[in-house]
Amino acid sequence: MAAAGEVLRPNLPENVEVSGDSPSELHVLAVDDSLVDRKVIERLLKISSCKVTAVESGTRALQFLGLDGEKNSVGFNGLKVNLIMTDYSMPGMTGYELLKRIKESAAFREVPVVIMSSENILTRIDRCLEEGAEEFIVKPVKLSDVNRLKNFVMKGEGNDNQDKRLHKRKKLEDDNSTLSSLPPLFPSSSPVSRNLELRQHRSASPSSALSSPRCSLKRPRLQLTD
Amino acid sequence: MLGLGADRLRADMNRLLALLFHQGVLDEQFLQLQQLQDESSPNFVSEVVNIYFHESEKLLRNLRGLLMEKEFADYKKMGIHLNQFMGSSSSIGAKRVRNVCVAFRAASEQTNRAGCLRALELLEHEYCYLKNKLHELFQIEQQRALAAGVRYPMQN
Repeated sequence: MAAAGEVLRPNLPENVEVSGDSPSELHVLAVDDSLVDRKVIERLLKISSCKVTAVESGTRALQFLGLDGEKNSVGFNGLKVNLIMTDYSMPGMTGYELLKRIKESAAFREVPVVIMSSENILTRIDRCLEEGAEEFIVKPVKLSDVNRLKNFVMKGEGNDNQDKRLHKRKKLEDDNSTLSSLPPLFPSSSPVSRNLELRQHRSASPSSALSSPRCSLKRPRLQLTD
Repeated sequence: MLGLGADRLRADMNRLLALLFHQGVLDEQFLQLQQLQDESSPNFVSEVVNIYFHESEKLLRNLRGLLMEKEFADYKKMGIHLNQFMGSSSSIGAKRVRNVCVAFRAASEQTNRAGCLRALELLEHEYCYLKNKLHELFQIEQQRALAAGVRYPMQN
């Protein structure tokens, strides 16, 4: 099914972005103070054919991105970053603070940022999503998470993301034993999806209340306050 | 005969893994780690687990050090150590260790020193068990790799 154009497309180096094309190989910046987690996320990403830069702190991440206020920050190292995955709880700068700095920067505010945390704390999730995080993933991060993220970044906010999010949400329901009864996922009259509509502020697709991937994953827990 | 040895060792490995799963010592995240191991990264699991052991022992020493202090009051610091321990344990699929950390943290949040001490003992015990079993697993794996490596190519 490959179009003739695809067959003839020249092999471009990764740091040259042809307008309208998705990157051939994603470059992900992973931020986590835990060495164990860095190793795992690095491997997850590499096995998914992504380039990885793994750093141990928000400060290092800002240095890498050239956002640390140093004079020679322009063209930091030439490699465009397509996705940032950061742990939430880190000493010094938290993932949330890093997220804010990234969203405040003109150069990187459009780069999707995913927050990872071993804690499933609703207020924490809300804060991150409000601040513009694309997703909040409860650790441990799995291959299916990385695949979903990869597809999201490669294709933009496509429709098939919804199915994957459904799948993830269902799995969360199965995993979490504190979830005894949940409202159905999609009826528009449910309080869950109303909140989703309220919380959307950047979605490109007008089609459904759940088209913005970042909002979807944890909304059911609004029904159960800690 | 060597081929049989490798198969028997593989069976031993699977039996041990099944036991650890059954006991709740390991969970599916450990399987996820195994799936990330391949020819390009043939020692991935043992590398990550060894980092985990190294970090965990540091954390356990810190926790014991804190609790042994005469005027111990730094529950917040203890909470930070516990969060780290919880996180890395869940990242490798060490379910029981992680669960003890959760209980430990609850005791810490209630500033229940006696409860913390009990939890620490249990944590050290669970960690020891996990470490022994994983070492056993890696040993069998090594023997199996050796046995399989000496097989005649046509038997593959």
